[in-house]
Amino acid sequence: MAENALKTTNGNQAHGETTRGGHFFTPRVDIYETDEELTLVADVPGVTAEDVDLRFERGELILQGRVKPRQRPGLALLSEYEEGDFYRVFQIHESIDSTRIGAECKNGELIVHLPKAEAAKPRQVQVRAN
Amino acid sequence: MLTTSRQLFPMWNQLQQFQGEMNRLFDRWNEDGTRQLSWAGFPPVNVSEDGDTLHVEAELPGLKLDDLEIYVTGNNQLTLKGERKPAVPDKSVRHRQERGFGKFVRSLTLPFAVDPNKVDARFENGVLQIKLAKHESAKARKITVKGEATA
Repeated sequence: MAENALKTTNGNQAHGETTRGGHFFTPRVDIYETDEELTLVADVPGVTAEDVDLRFERGELILQGRVKPRQRPGLALLSEYEEGDFYRVFQIHESIDSTRIGAECKNGELIVHLPKAEAAKPRQVQVRAN
Repeated sequence: MLTTSRQLFPMWNQLQQFQGEMNRLFDRWNEDGTRQLSWAGFPPVNVSEDGDTLHVEAELPGLKLDDLEIYVTGNNQLTLKGERKPAVPDKSVRHRQERGFGKFVRSLTLPFAVDPNKVDARFENGVLQIKLAKHESAKARKITVKGEATA
């Protein structure tokens, strides 16, 4: 069920324009499912809770993280990675209760909680003997 | 022969390549099976030199301060060591796993000797920033040139 609930659109391409140019990076994401919710964990180093822009519109969860440019003083001797804003979009199925989506951001990790709608929760059916 | 800091860069690159080979032996970080060719080990670092200070930066999201160790050995070797433990919710099914977990060790040979008592390391929002000060013995010393006394 979760596979249908969360499908990425082509994450490497950014939709729309932002006021700040530059590369967009697709953050790595882990998805876990419990009976209550779907948990999405994204690696977004350099992003604080205020810099996260999480929006849900038209059945899509849009994740955007703004990274404050970190100054690199002096002469660069080794450059193994680049910095930039993060962007990723997920398609959300109706089985997710979109009014109760919550998130927290700590240590460069963004955790998004997507609670399942009541109708989608697995329910144990009582079987009577007679 | 005098070397300017610009010429030091290509020399250090070769040293780094050798270091990269050594790092691969210790690389125990499991990713999705593919290995990125652009960097020599985990974590990828950005290093810059600003006069007598060396700045080293690495991205380590989700790592706790207790699981990270930084060592300076022999004055010019910097070692980053740590473990990233997954925080899996109870009774959950994993649908997608893109992030890596496990232990990592990475050693960098620095271009000059540093003072191990003057290392400043900061870890915020998953970004590790280390400032290393050049060791006194490695600092340039101006030599006075004695010339002929003018008549």
